[in-house]
Amino acid sequence: MLAYLIRRLALAAVTTWAITVVTFIILQLPPGDFVDAYVAQASALGTAISAAEATALRHAYGLDQSLWVQYFKWLNLVVHGQFGQSFEYGRPVTEVIGDRLWLTILLSIGAIIVTWGLALPIGIYSAVRQYSWGDTIFTFLGFVGLAVPNFLLALIVMYVGLRLLNMNVGGLFSADYQLAAWSWAKLWDLCKHLPVPILILALAGTAQLVRIMRANLLDELRRPYVVTARARGLSERRVILKYPVRAALNPFASTIGYLLPYTVSGSVIISVVLSLPTVGPLLLHSLLSQDMLLGSTIILMLGVLTVLGTLLSDLLLMWIDPRIRLGQLR
Amino acid sequence: MIVTDAESRVAVATQRQLIWWRFRKHRLALVSAVIVVGFYVIAIFADTLAYTEPFDTQAARSYIPPQPIHWFDADGHFHPTVYALKGRRDPRTFKLAYLPDPAEPRDLILFARGYEYRLLGLIPTEIHLLGVPDGRPQDALFLLGTDQMGRDVFSRLVLATRTSLSIGLVGVTLSLVLGVLLGGLSGLYGGWTDTVIQRVIEILRSIPTIPLWMGLAAAVPASWSPQQVYFAITLIISLIGWTELARVVRGRFLSLREEDFITAAELAGASRMRIIFKHMVPSFLSHIIAAVSLALPAMIISETTLSFLGLGLRPPAISWGVLLQDAQNLQTLGLAPWLLVVALPVIVVILAFNFLGDGLRDAADPYG
Amino acid sequence: MADPILQVRDLHTHFFADEGVVRAVDGVSFDLFPGRTLGIVGESGCGKSVTARSILRIVERPGRIVSGEILLRRQTGAVVDVARLPVDGPEVRAIRGGDIGLVFQEPMSALSAFHTIGNQLIEAVRLHARLNRKRARERAIELLAMAGIPRPADRIDAYSFELSGGLRQRVMIALALAGEPRVLIADEPTTALDVTTQAQILTLMRRLQQQRDLAVILITHDMGVIAEMADDVVVMYLGKEVEKGPVDAIFHAPRHPYTRSLLRSIPSVLARPRSRLATLSGSIPHPFARPGGCPFHPRCPDKLTGLCDTTVPAEVVIGEDHATACHLYTTQDAKVPA
Repeated sequence: MLAYLIRRLALAAVTTWAITVVTFIILQLPPGDFVDAYVAQASALGTAISAAEATALRHAYGLDQSLWVQYFKWLNLVVHGQFGQSFEYGRPVTEVIGDRLWLTILLSIGAIIVTWGLALPIGIYSAVRQYSWGDTIFTFLGFVGLAVPNFLLALIVMYVGLRLLNMNVGGLFSADYQLAAWSWAKLWDLCKHLPVPILILALAGTAQLVRIMRANLLDELRRPYVVTARARGLSERRVILKYPVRAALNPFASTIGYLLPYTVSGSVIISVVLSLPTVGPLLLHSLLSQDMLLGSTIILMLGVLTVLGTLLSDLLLMWIDPRIRLGQLR
Repeated sequence: MIVTDAESRVAVATQRQLIWWRFRKHRLALVSAVIVVGFYVIAIFADTLAYTEPFDTQAARSYIPPQPIHWFDADGHFHPTVYALKGRRDPRTFKLAYLPDPAEPRDLILFARGYEYRLLGLIPTEIHLLGVPDGRPQDALFLLGTDQMGRDVFSRLVLATRTSLSIGLVGVTLSLVLGVLLGGLSGLYGGWTDTVIQRVIEILRSIPTIPLWMGLAAAVPASWSPQQVYFAITLIISLIGWTELARVVRGRFLSLREEDFITAAELAGASRMRIIFKHMVPSFLSHIIAAVSLALPAMIISETTLSFLGLGLRPPAISWGVLLQDAQNLQTLGLAPWLLVVALPVIVVILAFNFLGDGLRDAADPYG
Repeated sequence: MADPILQVRDLHTHFFADEGVVRAVDGVSFDLFPGRTLGIVGESGCGKSVTARSILRIVERPGRIVSGEILLRRQTGAVVDVARLPVDGPEVRAIRGGDIGLVFQEPMSALSAFHTIGNQLIEAVRLHARLNRKRARERAIELLAMAGIPRPADRIDAYSFELSGGLRQRVMIALALAGEPRVLIADEPTTALDVTTQAQILTLMRRLQQQRDLAVILITHDMGVIAEMADDVVVMYLGKEVEKGPVDAIFHAPRHPYTRSLLRSIPSVLARPRSRLATLSGSIPHPFARPGGCPFHPRCPDKLTGLCDTTVPAEVVIGEDHATACHLYTTQDAKVPA
């Protein structure tokens, strides 16, 4: 168990480090450094920045030194929670992001819960009633779910909502609450808006997980322990739910490792299409306007949060699998 | 011993025949293969299938709705025509509306003259599959309507198919090279090489890809030519898409290493390269083909998504994503819902690739 | 002899696949008595496991009992035809584990890796007896001790993968006996074990049989195990019983050419060194390509051309409780090999 734990922790640490490197590269990629961009932005707004000020800024970020030094200076700032200023908004990046990060997390976790909540029973049904009508329909829907890209589904839902239901499915808040401070009424308003984006976000993942659950359970259903459980006189329902489903649950649960990054990715796109106040539209906007400090911070945060989420789920998996707990599997 | 005909047939069939027999049983995969081939034919002859210059803009023709084809004339004879459109301004709202004018039917003919292009990039010609007799289709034919700038959606869709499908193909080729190289190294050498490559894959898979792509794509300079952007985007997509292929290749290498015929070849003194290319690669080629046809739709979705967000291909390039970008907001969708028609080929092609890949994967294990 | 506890009469279990019908069990009959062991022997695919599963009504789709009777005398004394009971009804479930226990071939995969042994054992105990948790756990520990597992009070909380193959098979036996059944079906119970462990498990089974007056059906392909354990033997080939009788008759006066070939293929310490071990020529036909007539005729050394390949032989009684289905014993003029 300890070996498993150490391995997971080490992997999470290395992944986090890799994310910082990638983020730093993205920050560096656009031509010129970001002080140039800042200066240009400021002068466009009419507040000229003197050459001395620019040099001071460059020095603060270590832009006059080698890339390695720059990276570590930047890393040092980031670790201390100093992500810098957004050029476009003229405010600290963290302030610009604000609630949006939490809404992103809420949306992603909601989608994962729905994904599992749907995929588990459908997968069990499809495996136990293999080749039945229900199984065929779910398999077909699953393929469609896989084939329709997230953003296209969002577009289609939006169009259908507009045309047939005459309602705007975009956004997470009604106009009244958009700028209001948090209150119970605002929370309720949020809850009313969440289901549509969560369902759209969950669909593709659900389609994948149903296939995984179905395949795993079909494998498990053929195992001798199912026959012996049946031969002991257990009812069919109890046999299936207690034994093969339990066994198939583990590979199913371990899919969180890629379900989470997949869902976070999807949330960005869906948020752009449905104009949800998550970090998605902000990221797109910042990238299009080359507000790199804001953009790279969002990428960094999404990446690190995903790694944390994966780590947590790995620990959970360790806890529910006796083979890992007792050191049989690593 | 009783051996049925079927059995003896199986016993002497080559690997390729076995795979084909199994694949043939998958009706859906077979149909999908036809669809995929059809789409690539469209991509190759895109200019011939298009009838209007895709960049031909005219404000006066903006947002013309799709135009129905009338297959039979009044006497019931087969005689495809389209009605010419007449723009009328609504006297109250001053909105320009295009209405078909049954008094002015235009013949729809095959192999008509249109804009000049090079067939297969070589032969200069101006013959297009569809057209009108007097050779000015841009004023008469709007099979799928027009966009805001008055460009013909059908012609643009056909050309977008070429871009999007080719980007998928190029992207998957790059991924394949990376995947086979790294997956092969990983499976062949094992040890720390394997560990390092596997960890890199694990790391790449645990990072949300879309924000990463967006970040990388945003760094493509605005001054680059469409061709440069095309390759940059393809590179970015394949940079992350290779992991799944590498996983498949490594898995096959690992299981093949244990096979008796590999051991036999080793004992017979065959060189490492000979074993890899003469014995191993042929026996997992089918798996690779299956993995590729499953990776292709992912590539196409990636390109479409990036372009849709405005971070991938940029106008004047035409791809499915670029076209969908026009359908991004509610106002446009309300005004010109036909712009969403681009969704159809995207979904069909991705479905077809998925079914095809599934069928191939099942068929790749002919003895299984 | 006492009344039989289980009578199987002309059982037919077929599998209805897309490619055709597989007649996995095609007319099997036998009687099973308390305290005695019936061995069912044959090559893999001969239908011996499907026979066992049919008795427990756990044949998986597309398989189904087509005809025949499975008459079980239950604990109450009432005789029921198991083949007629609804497949997942309460009565069948009470019979599974309660009247008939099953021990399975692979002890590795016949236990769930996600549940402790105690979890599975206590569940089985409480399914067939009304006991509270504490009593059921005590009973489970008793069962483990009875199956010869050292330190049962510790082992009850172990997972199956923490035990050796032999111990796992002992757990399987404890599980099969948890519902106090009077019939035990052991489907290749020792195949996956090494020789020493095999002997231990067989000894355990014999001891338990004597203690509890169990009626045992022992399914195996191993003639050695049959010789050691069985009182009566049924030899099966392609779903049909080709010969049955007391173990001595089968071993000392085998009649059917298939039985004889099986016996010849046992290595013997008395054999001349470097002599070739007899093997059966040919292989089992494809299940969809069953030969007509006697199913064994394509591999039979004594086949009567014109008869064996056209007519299915009927069963003939050739001694006390000894019968075989072979044309060699039905036609007057056929020369019977000595």
